[in-house]
Amino acid sequence: MATLLQVKGLKTQFFTQDGIVSAVNGISYELNEGETLGIVGESGCGKSVSVLSLMRLIPSPPGRIVGGEGWFQGRDLLKMDNEEIRSVRGNKIAMIFQDPMTSLNPVLTINQQVSEALELHLGMDKKQSRKRSIELLELVQIPDAADRMDDYPHQFSGGMRQRVMIAMGLSCNPQLLIADEPTTALDVTIQAQIIELVKQLKDEIGMAVIWITHDMGVIAGLADRVNVMYAGYIIESADVKDLYADPRHPYTLGLLGSLPRLDAGPKEKLTPIEGLPPDLIDMDPGCPFAPRCKYAFDRCLEEMPPLETVARRHIAACWVDVTGGKR
Amino acid sequence: MGRYIVRRLLWMIPMLFIVSVITFAFAHAVPGGPFNREKPLPAEIIANLEKYYGLDQPVWKQYVDWFGGIVTRLDFGPVYSSRSRRVNDIFADHLPVSAQLGILATLIAVGIGMPLGILAALKQNTFWDYLGMAGAIFGVSVPNIVLGPLMILIFALTLGWLPVAGWGTPAQMIMPALALGTGSAAVIARLTRASMLQVIREDYIRTARAKGLGERIVMVRHALKNALIPVATILGPMFAALITGTFIVELIFAIPGMGKYFITSITNRDYPVVMGAFMVWAVALILANIAVDITYAFLDPRIRFD
Ligand SMILES: Nc1ncnc2c1ncn2[C@@H]1O[C@H](COP(=O)(O)OP(=O)(O)OP(=O)(O)O)[C@@H](O)[C@H]1O
Ligand SMILES: [Mg+2]
Repeated sequence: MATLLQVKGLKTQFFTQDGIVSAVNGISYELNEGETLGIVGESGCGKSVSVLSLMRLIPSPPGRIVGGEGWFQGRDLLKMDNEEIRSVRGNKIAMIFQDPMTSLNPVLTINQQVSEALELHLGMDKKQSRKRSIELLELVQIPDAADRMDDYPHQFSGGMRQRVMIAMGLSCNPQLLIADEPTTALDVTIQAQIIELVKQLKDEIGMAVIWITHDMGVIAGLADRVNVMYAGYIIESADVKDLYADPRHPYTLGLLGSLPRLDAGPKEKLTPIEGLPPDLIDMDPGCPFAPRCKYAFDRCLEEMPPLETVARRHIAACWVDVTGGKR
Repeated sequence: MGRYIVRRLLWMIPMLFIVSVITFAFAHAVPGGPFNREKPLPAEIIANLEKYYGLDQPVWKQYVDWFGGIVTRLDFGPVYSSRSRRVNDIFADHLPVSAQLGILATLIAVGIGMPLGILAALKQNTFWDYLGMAGAIFGVSVPNIVLGPLMILIFALTLGWLPVAGWGTPAQMIMPALALGTGSAAVIARLTRASMLQVIREDYIRTARAKGLGERIVMVRHALKNALIPVATILGPMFAALITGTFIVELIFAIPGMGKYFITSITNRDYPVVMGAFMVWAVALILANIAVDITYAFLDPRIRFD
């Protein structure tokens, strides 16, 4: 399979009054065509910033991409001029966001919002784009799509709005769909429906997906590969089944430990990771997870462990070998 | 929508009733009567005048006659200082002038304030933003009583571009309308800027950018309409205040508007004029607010009237 996206050393910082926030600290990964990559990690670990950087949607000021490359179909996204990156956004790479309640424009109709990208990137006229928009809404299973085209977002439920967002994202047949916690704001049944929908559409369209979540359970059923992020670093990356079967970083162990297990006995308690993620301003040297890590020793506080291959297609950044660590 | 407007218009009746009671009560609570002069008039002349104008009647009767006249005949009553004229004549002479001035000032306020606010927001923290907002602070803080004479000094006396004062020709209207509109323009500019800056941080603006839209479309189509919703709110009272007469600007530029006449009437205790002017202002305010609500519905589809 051909490589679709290759990220090398991506580093993004926010220059705020309180100091420099190191939100993404030189991450590298690859994504093949048609593949689904999960990015997991606790809130604030840089998941959104890492993908927004690739889309060049970091609010600036205060944010700035300070280094790295993002190769997509032979071109570096991070070096494109505004015109070029705009022709990629919404066209070859589409993005859907966490909160469907605030991500749609309240004063524009659904038709206006879905048609926009079609007219811009595919040069459709109003009539064509409306027709295509209806098809797209039908594709994401919005009932009575044709009648709802001129409704406004507030006339839709949260789940339906997220479907509209997905329809918008798919409108120009992107090669890559980035979904930034698209189900976090929805209740569980709707969440399952949306995940099912994306899975199905992905197979139909054959696009690659980056799915961001802090829910390890969601990733299991969806992703081919998983990047685990902590404090702006990728600290472990593996094929999804390897990550669940053989986690190699204490943080991943922790994340999996805080996941309810179907086979767990009624008395087994969930064990959430204790402590809080570090402040990303003026980070100490050493492994950012060390203060919360029960395996940590002296070296962990002094030196950040590099990402090393620990198994086939499996990398982790830890000084300790936690193979077979108790979940 | 139509029914909503009718209902709002019907609501005007009780509101105006309350305004009339308060206005009347205040006018009559003020010490001194319309015929108290520095050189006192003989008592029997005062008695005659009061009888002529019905001021010897009990207060409730006076109120009923006054308000009844407005409601049934749209007659705002007599003018104490001139036997040959009635308040309606005064209004006919002076209100159109003030309204004209006020409409021009509003157009200037919106026409300068909104673009300035938008520009400042788009160029946030640049030279243009600072320049625009410095101008806005100037506009808010320099009172008309300074701004008016300053303009006369520069544009009329020094440069000789515009006539010093008066009302009637377009050239005569420019300076007063500018002087009157500047403060409001500054308020609108600041509010528009703040509102734009708020809106461009919203998630749906990021969504619009994620579609690959150009910055101009993002701003015009996605941000502006949202940003103008709060701005519309202040336009109602602002417009009502500007069209019903503004004393200082009218005085400075010798404009025969309602504001000047209103102040003269207060000092003369010419109550029917004062009360009538209040009623007109109240009507203008209520109508302007209805217009704002209609604008809301146009700007924001979440607002529906039934
Ligand atoms: N505009 C900004 N200004 C300053 N700091 C920011 C800004 N946006 C993000 N950050 C910081 O960057 C870090 C990473 O944020 P990011 O939104 O990527 O987290 P996340 O992993 O997506 O979390 P969540 O699960 O809550 O969405 C956070 O520490 C955050 O405080
Ligand atoms: Mg996020």
